[in-house]
Amino acid sequence: MIPGSFDYHRPTSLSEAVALLSSFDADARVIAGGHSLIPMMKLRLATPSHLIDLAAVGELRGVSAEGGEIVIGAMTTQHELIASETLAARLPILREAALLIADPQVRYVGTLGGNVANGDPGNDMPALMMCLGAVYVLRGKAGERKVAARDYYQGAYATAANPDEILTAIRIAPPPAGHGYAYEKLKRKVGDYATAAAGVILTLANGTVATCAIGLTNVAETALFADAAAGAVVGSKMDKAALARASAAAEAIASPAADGRGSAEYRRKMAGVMTARALSRAFARANG
Amino acid sequence: MSKINVTLQLNGKSVSAEVEPRTLLIHYLRENLNVTGPHIGCDTSHCGACTVDIDGKSVKSCTIFAVQAAGAEVLTIEGMAGADGKLHALQEGFREMHGLQCGYCTPGMIIRAYRLLKENPTPSDAEIRMGISGNLCRCTGYQNIVKAIQYAAAKINGAEYKEAAE
Repeated sequence: MIPGSFDYHRPTSLSEAVALLSSFDADARVIAGGHSLIPMMKLRLATPSHLIDLAAVGELRGVSAEGGEIVIGAMTTQHELIASETLAARLPILREAALLIADPQVRYVGTLGGNVANGDPGNDMPALMMCLGAVYVLRGKAGERKVAARDYYQGAYATAANPDEILTAIRIAPPPAGHGYAYEKLKRKVGDYATAAAGVILTLANGTVATCAIGLTNVAETALFADAAAGAVVGSKMDKAALARASAAAEAIASPAADGRGSAEYRRKMAGVMTARALSRAFARANG
Repeated sequence: MSKINVTLQLNGKSVSAEVEPRTLLIHYLRENLNVTGPHIGCDTSHCGACTVDIDGKSVKSCTIFAVQAAGAEVLTIEGMAGADGKLHALQEGFREMHGLQCGYCTPGMIIRAYRLLKENPTPSDAEIRMGISGNLCRCTGYQNIVKAIQYAAAKINGAEYKEAAE
């Protein structure tokens, strides 16, 4: 499979990249790790005339703590997320989820920004970003703006980003130390997208759930923020009845398509099962 | 679209070719440089037969443009044996432990295993299996590939290879 022809650009600063992208209108795409875009180009589902490679834009890489927030550069690879001690200590759910993405080769190259930016409902990180209340930093010709992950996804491959904007960083206020977390992903094999997956972040107070957030992957046109399912376990000790309420609430908002991973009915049911498993594991991990 | 020059370090030697920007690295290697060790299996970034090492990372060369690797240090199976023809420990391991049958996946397996052992010189069998989870083999059932990589790990560490009880 051979992609269509394009001109290649390799800017060395963010301002240069933004200027290039604006100058080509909608005919240009930025490329990060390329492990979503290149397969689409090989299938001619994407045929940009200009490709703007962000690999040499150093300011888009790395994980840092700024005030109370963790800032992850959009070009940070999944491999780098897994190796980050800051993330292991403050946002361990990212490591757990990143290890379930694709395979080692893809994780060396694939980036967090690429995973969340283009609105692919099969990608794992968008649901986690919703769950964590992450904020996306976008830079375009009109300057910088911030969009909450929970407001970013509008449909399959449709997002709140304008064509001239580049996702530069993801900002996350980490949950308090001792929080419970889990990402449960049902997949047929290594490298597969989720049949259904659920991410959970929760905190406890005196042994009962004080706060909870849930995100669902690949069971709708976009990742889903499952606030009713999360609300169903707040105040509980994660007993069977609470888990059943949360599963039912997750299933109620799931609208998966039938595909090689199973029927729509099965995948909806698995959204509930993954939600219950992630809640149980997050609860068992939490202190407080 | 005009061609551009892509120069990189391949197995320690500088190589270059004029290619279109849309040329994938695997095609640059195989078609422009006649370096046919890396194989095209699935062409969809699943099978790992095209794996090469780029600046210390295992990468599927069917899913990167050659121009993205310009200036990089690239290692393929052709660069594994010594100048005198002496096999690398991994090549020896695959031969000794029968880690291949048809051989199609082997160049990608060995290049991936090379980076795995650089990052984790004493992997468990489970760590090897996760480490090569991006490389598909349709012949061996992986058992002997795991043994081959353990053989190489032992040899590189100067230890004696002992086959784990099954």
